[in-house]
Amino acid sequence: MGFLFQTAFLSIRGRALGRCPLTNLFEVFIFLAWSVALIYMLVGPAYRLSLMGAFTAPLVVLLQGLALIAPIDVRHPVKVPANSSLEFHASVSLVAYGAFALACIAGVMYLVQERQLKTHQLRSIFYHLPPLTDLFTAITRLLWLGFILYTVGIASGFFTGRPLPHMQVVAAIAVWLLYAAILQGRYFRRIAPKRVAALCIIGFSAALTLLWGITFSAQTHPGP
Amino acid sequence: MNLFCIGLSHHTANVETRERFAGGAGAECTLRAAGCAEALVLATCNRVEVYGASEKRVSTDEIAQCLLQNGEVNERGHSSALPFYRYEAERCVQHLFRVASGLDSMVVGETEILGQTKKAYQSARASGAVGPCLHRLFQRAFRVAKQVRTHTEITRGSVSVGSVAVDLAQKIFGELGNCKVLVLGAGETSERTARALISRGVSDLRVSNRSNDRGQELAQRVGGKAVPFDKWAQQCREIDILITSTSSETPLLTPANLGPRLANRVDRPLFIIDIAVPRDVDPAVNEMEGVYLYDIDALRSVAEQSLAVRRQQVASAEAIIAEHVADFLEKVSNELNRVSRITGHPPVADSSLHASQL
Repeated sequence: MGFLFQTAFLSIRGRALGRCPLTNLFEVFIFLAWSVALIYMLVGPAYRLSLMGAFTAPLVVLLQGLALIAPIDVRHPVKVPANSSLEFHASVSLVAYGAFALACIAGVMYLVQERQLKTHQLRSIFYHLPPLTDLFTAITRLLWLGFILYTVGIASGFFTGRPLPHMQVVAAIAVWLLYAAILQGRYFRRIAPKRVAALCIIGFSAALTLLWGITFSAQTHPGP
Repeated sequence: MNLFCIGLSHHTANVETRERFAGGAGAECTLRAAGCAEALVLATCNRVEVYGASEKRVSTDEIAQCLLQNGEVNERGHSSALPFYRYEAERCVQHLFRVASGLDSMVVGETEILGQTKKAYQSARASGAVGPCLHRLFQRAFRVAKQVRTHTEITRGSVSVGSVAVDLAQKIFGELGNCKVLVLGAGETSERTARALISRGVSDLRVSNRSNDRGQELAQRVGGKAVPFDKWAQQCREIDILITSTSSETPLLTPANLGPRLANRVDRPLFIIDIAVPRDVDPAVNEMEGVYLYDIDALRSVAEQSLAVRRQQVASAEAIIAEHVADFLEKVSNELNRVSRITGHPPVADSSLHASQL
């Protein structure tokens, strides 16, 4: 139901703007929350990880809460023209962020479960969390999904027909390299699952910082 | 016609006494012949109880005589000499709800009793010994048990060392079907734990023991493969679960000798269950990445944590039961009053249950 309302909001906003609603930080946060919910609804039933929804919901609420409370719904003084390739680049990248967000959530769940197993202190949540190996499988698949989408998003950014800010390109490639390194370490079994889980949290934090930076700088210069 | 429960359980009688009164086949028919309009015998390893509804009061002696195995005569005389308890009407309802919810069990919150109660109900129903009164009562008992299980944590965790180990294995690996298990030492607890793992799907089981003959015997008993004792350490590269219980005076596994064997399995956890005293595995092994070590004290501690949680949940479970007892009695009372208005029979003064009118 919440997802339907999110979709309806983005649709109405998009029609009002005459383009994909990604023109300021407010819209980006709402779109990101929608992406997290979308990826959860797509992959959640496939993995059947108990409590995944319970961990995902607070993130969605937090993102939407921030969007509503913070004074970030700043309209551009002039109407931002539609640019389909730029909109594709921005929206695919944000859906990739949704996958990274879920990998981060699964990483938190993994670390909580792992900590309890190591310390022999089993709290109530232990009995509701999924097994470690199931969580790790989900983390790996979500990382791959996010990485593929993010690669498409970055690649499409070079075909927008607009000059790309040097710092944004470097930061985006740095995040891409971080996720590539995690996946490479995972593929060659060089990084232990616990570290992969921790890196998912670090990676998503870095990606969010980058997203804020891109959107903040874009607000000063018209663009998505 | 009144509803009653007469029985003995682990609270009141030892196993020999419970065995004598375990009620043979056809006990329900005998009970009906003794004057019970409806009867159901619930016989488990911890209790023998008769739930019945009768026009006239059936004495505990008569019930006890019906329950005696193989037509034995109760030569010990009056039932007051026997550890039988008797609950009627409201207390009977409350007792059944507590039994079905696992609150009266030896291990509080165990769920096996619900299955046993359902089986007893189905068997009595098939033989025609259950009528509308017991049907209604038992259906409500199953509902209460389900609600208690869902709304409290009374069934949370395991309370025995073997099942704690299996639960932990499932929390690490999920499905155990693909797990490789090595049993080091052919002790009794190791065997029990190995059997518990097999019951949850483990099929690749290896056994290694100092005495090769004993190792092979155990391997045969549990359907596993014997591994020579001097080769067990190499198995650590492949296995997922190690159960160890040797009589070694010094630790067999330390970070120094386990580390190189785990080098190529960085993404596969290793669960070690050390039930040996003195311990076979250096506690420092638990600090290694991907290794989860539980010794006998850690397993007992988890079992005790679960038991403590279950005990804390008893009050919440009792509250749910009390609510259902009151609701059940009220509904029955309303039903009886409604029937009395239609038939012209005098209304029910209290909450005693009249099966014939139901």
